[in-house]
Order: sequence, then C-alpha cells, then structure tokens
Amino acid sequence: MTEYFWLIPFFPAVSSFLIIVFGRKLPRKYIAVQACLAVFLSFLLSFFSFLELRSAGHEAEALTKNLFSWIQSGNFNVDLSFRFDPLTAVMCLVVTFVGFLIHVYSTGYMSHDKSYARFFAYMNLFTFAMLILVMGSNLVVMFVGWEGVGLCSYLLIGFWYEKPSAANAGKKAFIVNRIGDAGFMLGIFFLVIHVGSAEFSAINHALEGGHIAQGLVTLIAILLFIGATGKSAQIPLYVWLPDAMEGPTPVSALIHAATMVTAGVYMIARMNLLYSLSHTAMTIVAVVGALTAVYAASMALVQNDIKRVLAYSTISQLGYMFLGLGVGAYSAAVFHLDTHAFFKGLLFLGAGSVMHALSGELNIQKMGGLRKYLPVTFPTFLVATLAIAGVPFLSGFFSKDAILTSACASGNYFVWALGLFGAILTAFYMFRLLFLTFFGKERLEPEAKAHLHESPKSMTIPLAILGFFALIAGYVGLPIVFGAHLNWFGRFQEPVIHAGHEVHLSLGTEWLLILASVAVAFTGIFVAYILYLKKPHIPHNLVARFPKLYKLLYNKYYMDEIYNATFVNSAIKGSEFVYDNFDLKVIDGAVNGSAASANFFGKILSYFHSGLIKDYALIFLLGAVALLAYLIF
Amino acid sequence: MTPISYYVILSVILFVLGIIGFFVKKDLITQFLSIEIMLNAANLAIIAFAKAAGSLDGQIIVFFVITVAAAEAAIGLAIILMIYRKKKTIKTEDIHLLKG
Repeated sequence: MTEYFWLIPFFPAVSSFLIIVFGRKLPRKYIAVQACLAVFLSFLLSFFSFLELRSAGHEAEALTKNLFSWIQSGNFNVDLSFRFDPLTAVMCLVVTFVGFLIHVYSTGYMSHDKSYARFFAYMNLFTFAMLILVMGSNLVVMFVGWEGVGLCSYLLIGFWYEKPSAANAGKKAFIVNRIGDAGFMLGIFFLVIHVGSAEFSAINHALEGGHIAQGLVTLIAILLFIGATGKSAQIPLYVWLPDAMEGPTPVSALIHAATMVTAGVYMIARMNLLYSLSHTAMTIVAVVGALTAVYAASMALVQNDIKRVLAYSTISQLGYMFLGLGVGAYSAAVFHLDTHAFFKGLLFLGAGSVMHALSGELNIQKMGGLRKYLPVTFPTFLVATLAIAGVPFLSGFFSKDAILTSACASGNYFVWALGLFGAILTAFYMFRLLFLTFFGKERLEPEAKAHLHESPKSMTIPLAILGFFALIAGYVGLPIVFGAHLNWFGRFQEPVIHAGHEVHLSLGTEWLLILASVAVAFTGIFVAYILYLKKPHIPHNLVARFPKLYKLLYNKYYMDEIYNATFVNSAIKGSEFVYDNFDLKVIDGAVNGSAASANFFGKILSYFHSGLIKDYALIFLLGAVALLAYLIF
Repeated sequence: MTPISYYVILSVILFVLGIIGFFVKKDLITQFLSIEIMLNAANLAIIAFAKAAGSLDGQIIVFFVITVAAAEAAIGLAIILMIYRKKKTIKTEDIHLLKG
C-alpha cells in the first residue's frame, strides 16, 4: 500500500472540505470522529510508508510520486510531486501523530465552543497544508504548504475573532510572516533562475556539480533563512509568536509549538547541501539561533502568563534547532525538533488542561498547589518540564545534548557557550513555571477554586500518551558515548542529510560535555527551587533591587514598542502620506478631473443644442456651403 | 432645344426659394413644403444633366427620389400631426425638446 503514500495529505483535506461545506448540519460527535479519524488515517499511512522506507534500506533513497505537471512556462517546469524520504518520514510521523493526539484533545477542550465545526475544519486544513509542506518534492510545492500553514495559523490565532486582541494577533502573525516570505520567495527565484528547476534533487545535483557561484550560494542561503526566521520566530521576526497565544490552546500546541514553527528548521535541513557550501550563511544561522535561544529564554524568566512563558520557551527551543543547523548538526536539529514536538506539545496541552480546570485563568501568580487537584495533568506536565530542562534520560536531554556537543565539536565555542547559558535559563524558567503552578501555596481566585476539576478523559489520555513519548522519544538517537551504533535517528537520516565533515570528539570530551549539560540543567532547577519554593521572598527582593532590568525583561525588551515606533509607525505614516498625496490628489484628482473636464466641454457644446430646428438647419447650411466652397476652390 | 443652363438656373432659383422659405417661415407645414421644393429643385437639376448626357440613369434615379419623397412626406406630415396633437402648436420656436 506504500505506493499510495501520496494520499497522506488528502485524508485531512477531504475531511476539512466536508466539514467546511456540511459542518453546520452535522452533529458535533460526528465532526469530532471524522476530524480525528482523518488525521489518524494519515498517521497509519505515514507509518506504513515509513516501515517500507526503512526495510528498503539505502538503495531506495526516497519514494516519489509525480501527480501531474503543474506549471509549464518556457523551459521552466514545476510538477505537483511528492517525495517520501527519511526526513519527510519523521516529519510526517510527528505531524500526524502529535496532530492526532491534539485533535483528540481538542474534542474535549473545545466542547463548549460554538464554532466547533469551524475549528476542526481549520485544524484539518492545517494538517493538510503541513503535510504538503513536508512532502513536496520541490520548493514550489513546499511553498504552497508553507503559505497554507501560514493561512491556517492566521485563521486559528484569530479563531475568537470577536476579541480584538485575537484578531490583531492573527493579523500581526500574518504580516510578520509576509516579511519573511518575501525573502523566501526571492531565494526560490534565484534558485530557479540558476538551476532551472525547483526540484530538490535538481538543486542538489547542481550544487554538487558546483554550478552555482559561492557568493550566490550564500545569498540564496541567507534569503531562505530570512523566510525561516519569519516562520520559525527567530530574531528579528519572532514578535508574532507570543501574541499568537491568543488562539485556542490546542492551536498553540499544534501550530505554534509542535509543527508549523518548525517548518523553517525542516526547510534548512532539507536544503542542507546548500547551507553546507556557505560558511557565512551557516555562521549567521548558528549565531541567530544561539542569540534567539538566550534572548527568548531571558524574557520567559519573568512572564506571568502561562502560555506566554511557553511561547518564549518555544522561540528559545527553535533557537537551539537553528543553532544545531548552523553548526552542521542537521540531524541533531531535526531530532530536537521531534522531541520538542512531544514535550512542548505536551506542555501546551497541560497548560490548556490547567486553564480548563481554573475556568480560563492564565496568570501563574494566581495558581499554586494544583498538583493534588490535577492527578493526570501534573505528572505529565512534570515529565515534559524535566524533558525540556534537559534532565538526563528524558527525550529533551538527548536531543539538546546532541546539538550542544556538535556546537562544541564544530569549534563555535561562542555559540556553544550561549547554548549552555540558555540551557540554565531554560531549566530555571520551566521549573519556575512548574513550581508556581503546581507547588507552593494556593493563590487561586475563590471562584476558580469552586469549579476546580481535572479535565475529561478525551484530554487526559492524549496527555498521558504524549508524556510517554516525551519520556522515551530520546532513545532513538543516543549519543556516541553509549555505543557507536545507537544513534539510529542519525543513521536513518543519512541518505538526506549530506554530512560533510563531522568532527569526532574523543569519548572523554563527550562525557565532559554531557556532564556540563547535566550540571547546567540541575543548576537551573536548583536555583528555581531555592527562589520559588524555599525562599519565595527572594524574587521580590530581586525585583526591588533591579527594577530596571526586571521592567526591561517584563516588557520584553520593549521590542514591540520599538517595532511599532520604527517600522509599523513609519509604514503607517508612509501609507497615510501616500493616501493623502497620491491617492487623494493624483488618482482621485485624475478621475474627478476627467469627469469635470467632460462636464465642462459638454456645457460649452450644449449651447449649440438649442433644440430649435432652424438653428440646426442653419448650421447644416453653413456646413454645406463650406464643403461646397472647399470643393470648388 | 432649350440650353441646359436654363434648367440649372431654374433649379438654383427653386432651391434658393426653398432655403429662404425654410428660414423665413415659422410653421412646420410651410417649412416642410420648402424642403420639398428644394428636393424637387435637385430632381430638376439631375434630369437636366441626365438629358444632356443622353443617359437614362438620372431619370431612373429621379423616379426613385420621387417615390421616396412620397413616403417621406407621409411620415413627415404624420409627425407634424402628432406634434400638433401633443403641443397644440406647430410653431418651431415653441418646439425645443432637445435643448441641451
């Protein structure tokens, strides 16, 4: 059945179409079952295709399917074609599996929402677009998916469009992404011009043959990376992601943690040959990633909104993935992408469960002591927190360590140091979140306390399953110290990831690096434990001691204000200027002027229209005489 | 045989009389008659030239013109009658529906 792998994206597409068309008339139960089933079928098909791919081994590098020739213009052709190679396989598995669990979770979470059908239609549409993105065998098909997920992100962030903040957040996400997409499109154009095709295989072939000049490779790599910074919320285009938390929580989990925001990472991993050829572009990717990892983590330290902490954490973790990509550890970055999808998806769903229990409360200062009330949410949240903090033997530990080890091995010590520092911050803010939410004194609003309840089964079962994977997902890619051939994940990716020159460290150094990561994780946890459980007055003292620093962090470095003052306002001012001077004066002036001049000349000519037959006859006579005179003389 | 110039001069006199009649008179009927006079002045000129050229073509054309003129007169009079019924006048100064 694996020759039908190209059907993977179409189950959610059909389901989405049916719900959009008939959604109002269908019962909620049916919608829920259909939406989940569609994603589950995609998952099954992905899984069987994956098994096929694995058993085929290295001979069959990828399954491909050319549906039809889509664009033909001169000697430029684009086919609507899909490919299924190791990289696509893991992306498909993650998208459909995590997506399926989040769909199931949503059936419980959204059960009281009036736009139930619309929600599932968008979610299925998103799954479709994301699968197109990861399965496209050329950049154009990928771009279709890329824009498709952007559209669904916009629709789902603004899902509660009656709320102005949600509508604005959706708009912001859309516009910021457009800026990145401009770079992405330029990159595609350059590749198409110089390669003559957008197919990944053709691009790689041209790159291997060295047909593209070095400067051009760097330019294309940077342009594509600009697209990735938009989609994956890196400096300087990260500002939309924290605001995107206005959407329903399952949306944050699916789109803004597990799948869509990782599209940039996927894209760079897909184009790894291009990046490997440009040292400059790699350095830029690594430095931007490392800076984002630390920068976003620092903002997560002081936020009080549970979802915003997680949003900054997502930006920070995406920064790690780019750090990994930038130092050439492509498979480690994709590995972190996968483990991150599990534990961050789980964290968001756990946060949603907490909100559900507290009637929508988001402020972690008004939580505390929830662990006895939420017997399923708490342990799963704990597992995810341990995983993201990098506690040994959980999934996040292996993937983050793989990235940091590669960073050190590649000799980018600055990037590596930033990564380690970010890891301390990560452990700290995640445990701060955990302690403030589930431990310590109860600071609940009395009203919220009255309704306090654990979430229904439809929500807790996905939590438990994701928790299980957050525990074990790391074991597919063990570091080299545990044995030379245990990094199954890395070996599986080899046909796609063209590992150029991997520097191998001695086992002793590897152990040291792992110990450093462990030490860093426990330092962060310990500091959080002291500050938020043992001596909760210290944070207040610190705030009092460093009010400026606290304010700077709390207000997110005033980045939104700076962007508003510079880009947004100047864009608005410029638009207003053009509106006043060009639109109103030139365009409207030309339109009104042509009407006015027609009116003016009409008035003059209408004097000749006296309506009196003699006047007409006289003019006719004069005309005839003039004609006669002309003919005779 | 009468020289052709006589016919042409008569035709011109008739034509100018028609023009003068059209511009001097104020009621539609007389103006209409003036137009008919001009038409027949033209007919006369055509026949005269046709005779001089020894061709029958001109005479055939004039037959057609007379036939058409009959139809045109019927329609013209009908229009004048309808205008009179509507406006109770056939003075051209009073009829200026098309004034711009």
